[in-house]
Amino acid sequence: MWVYTEKVKELFNNPKNVGEVVEPDGVGEVGSLSCGDALRLTFKLDAEGRIDEAKFQTFGCASAIASSSALTEMIVGKTLDEAETITNQDIVEYLGGLPDKKMHCSVMGQEALRSAIANYRGHKLAKEESEIVCECFGVTEKEIEEAILHNKLSTLEQVTDYTKAGGGCGSCHERIETILDRLLVQAGAEPQREPPTQTRLSNIQKMKRIEQTLEQEINPTLAKDGGSIELIDIVGDRVLVSLKGACATCAASGVTLKHYVENKLRELVTDTLVVEEITQ
Amino acid sequence: MKVIYVDNNATTRVAPEVVEEMRPYFGDLYGNPSSMHFFGGQVQGKVEEARERVAKLIGARPEEIIFTSCGTESDNTAIMSSLAANSDKGGVVTTRVEHPAVKNVVANLRRQGYRVIELPVDRDGNLSMEDVAKAITEDTVIVSVMWANNETGVLFPVEEIAALAKSRGVLFHTDAVQAVGKIPIDLAESQIDMLSLSGHKLHAPKGVGALYVRRGTRFAPFIIGGHQEKGRRGGTENVPYIVGLGKACELAYRDLEDQLQRVKGMRDRLEQGLLERIPNSIVNGDRDQRLPNTLNISFEYVEGESILLKLGDKGICASSGSACTSGSLEPSHVLRAMGVPFTAAHGSIRFSLSVYNTQEEIDYILEVTPPIIEGLREISPFWTGEMAKSCTAS
Repeated sequence: MWVYTEKVKELFNNPKNVGEVVEPDGVGEVGSLSCGDALRLTFKLDAEGRIDEAKFQTFGCASAIASSSALTEMIVGKTLDEAETITNQDIVEYLGGLPDKKMHCSVMGQEALRSAIANYRGHKLAKEESEIVCECFGVTEKEIEEAILHNKLSTLEQVTDYTKAGGGCGSCHERIETILDRLLVQAGAEPQREPPTQTRLSNIQKMKRIEQTLEQEINPTLAKDGGSIELIDIVGDRVLVSLKGACATCAASGVTLKHYVENKLRELVTDTLVVEEITQ
Repeated sequence: MKVIYVDNNATTRVAPEVVEEMRPYFGDLYGNPSSMHFFGGQVQGKVEEARERVAKLIGARPEEIIFTSCGTESDNTAIMSSLAANSDKGGVVTTRVEHPAVKNVVANLRRQGYRVIELPVDRDGNLSMEDVAKAITEDTVIVSVMWANNETGVLFPVEEIAALAKSRGVLFHTDAVQAVGKIPIDLAESQIDMLSLSGHKLHAPKGVGALYVRRGTRFAPFIIGGHQEKGRRGGTENVPYIVGLGKACELAYRDLEDQLQRVKGMRDRLEQGLLERIPNSIVNGDRDQRLPNTLNISFEYVEGESILLKLGDKGICASSGSACTSGSLEPSHVLRAMGVPFTAAHGSIRFSLSVYNTQEEIDYILEVTPPIIEGLREISPFWTGEMAKSCTAS
């Protein structure tokens, strides 16, 4: 059982600023249903450019909900330049601490804030040019590096606690160790802090678009042949599906998956998606 | 605050009668059952009585029962013993939804070069007999399939699988930790070679279990030591706990009808009530082939740990297949193997009842759960007004 601080319990039970700001100036979305937590942050600025109102919607555990609530309370009244300096450590401090395994909830708050600010400034489409290290949770090298530098992490386990990277199949452990080793060697030098940029296409957006494409484009076409396809999971860029109806027994279903479903999803969502069938 | 304990697949209340039965063996009756003198002899008699009680519950002979320290030791012993006694072959057949006590043993065996097949399950958590038949080859030493799944309560047709294994000359083991005491088991009428059970799942304390080994089965001990348990498990017997396990099995035999009628009735009422009161809720696992006490239900678009904490505030103790509750980051391997969509897997809650639960407790759970789910959905970015509307419309 997790031990939460009184502040976490208080904000979990009575979260502040739940919902969505009407006509928001900035919107930030991070996480996804498949990862087990997601946060949508919206804010509105006043005439002087200070955050007048901030609201959140969160899917996740107590620490995710408390971190989100804390974040909205912390940013109201601040200019964007001021808000931008808030780190996940500030959120943790505000909450009086988080269990090690839950640190990623505070990181999610920081990421949502940066994403919302970038959205306001019109940087929305500046896609992160960084390779994905953890396929299971879609965590990039850049994100891992930032978490290591900002939180002075030194072990693989800590990296997983803060970013989730390496918490799935474990095949990226070696790469994370390599990144850790490299940064630890450089630790003597002042770490370079580049201005934050918007990371990847939002997972929630991606998920919604995949669902939409399946529902509105792909399934109506498959239905003509008496088949259908069901979305089981989205793991990074892997779209895991299950075939139903005539498709389930069709010898050509593998071709349909790769040539039709995958191409359609790549065309309408993002060109890095890979469709895989889950056999049942 | 009154505690409403509905997490009996995790562990159970130690029955007061069991505590009473154990008490003397912590005090005056401290003899060693292996001793030649009368002082040890009277303790040995009680250990043998416990063996008879365990055997009776599962339709076995007393000499087929080996006492162990827990279900995990029983599982390890069964699998490792079969491989040691059949060293010319190296195939193991099991399923994707086993408890870690089997799952991680076979994962370890795979790294050592053994050939492991983990059978898939369908959306309802059921195995295909065709898959089982295909998986068993000349190389197979043992088939190990759980009787009842700890997370969903789904029952596998282990007697049928055992018969199939027997016809191919392959050993069959079942992890029946969740099944013993909850459903009728008669090993005399089956072809099952080995069966694991655990005390603390049936109102005995933690730290004691048993392994059934059918008479005539080739066996190699897992814990090597003295001649205890006829040389099949070294180590001085944990007398008070063995006595407790015996008493618990006697009670379970007595209460079996209550499990199948009243407990099942309460579970069904809980299931029906939650489905009616909470839109977008889904039962995980085959609703017919299932333990009488277990309900695994997903509330879509909310996360399990949050639900558990809110239930906990109301005194209700349940568990979840959500990633957040385990610290592993991945949701339950059982639900994933069943292909439960991620919209549901993270919001799964397991209610597991026992004979100590009451109808009033079910009423209370039905009363407090819906507002908890509703409240969390209001916070969730995935729960939209449209969903709520379409739900109330339907």
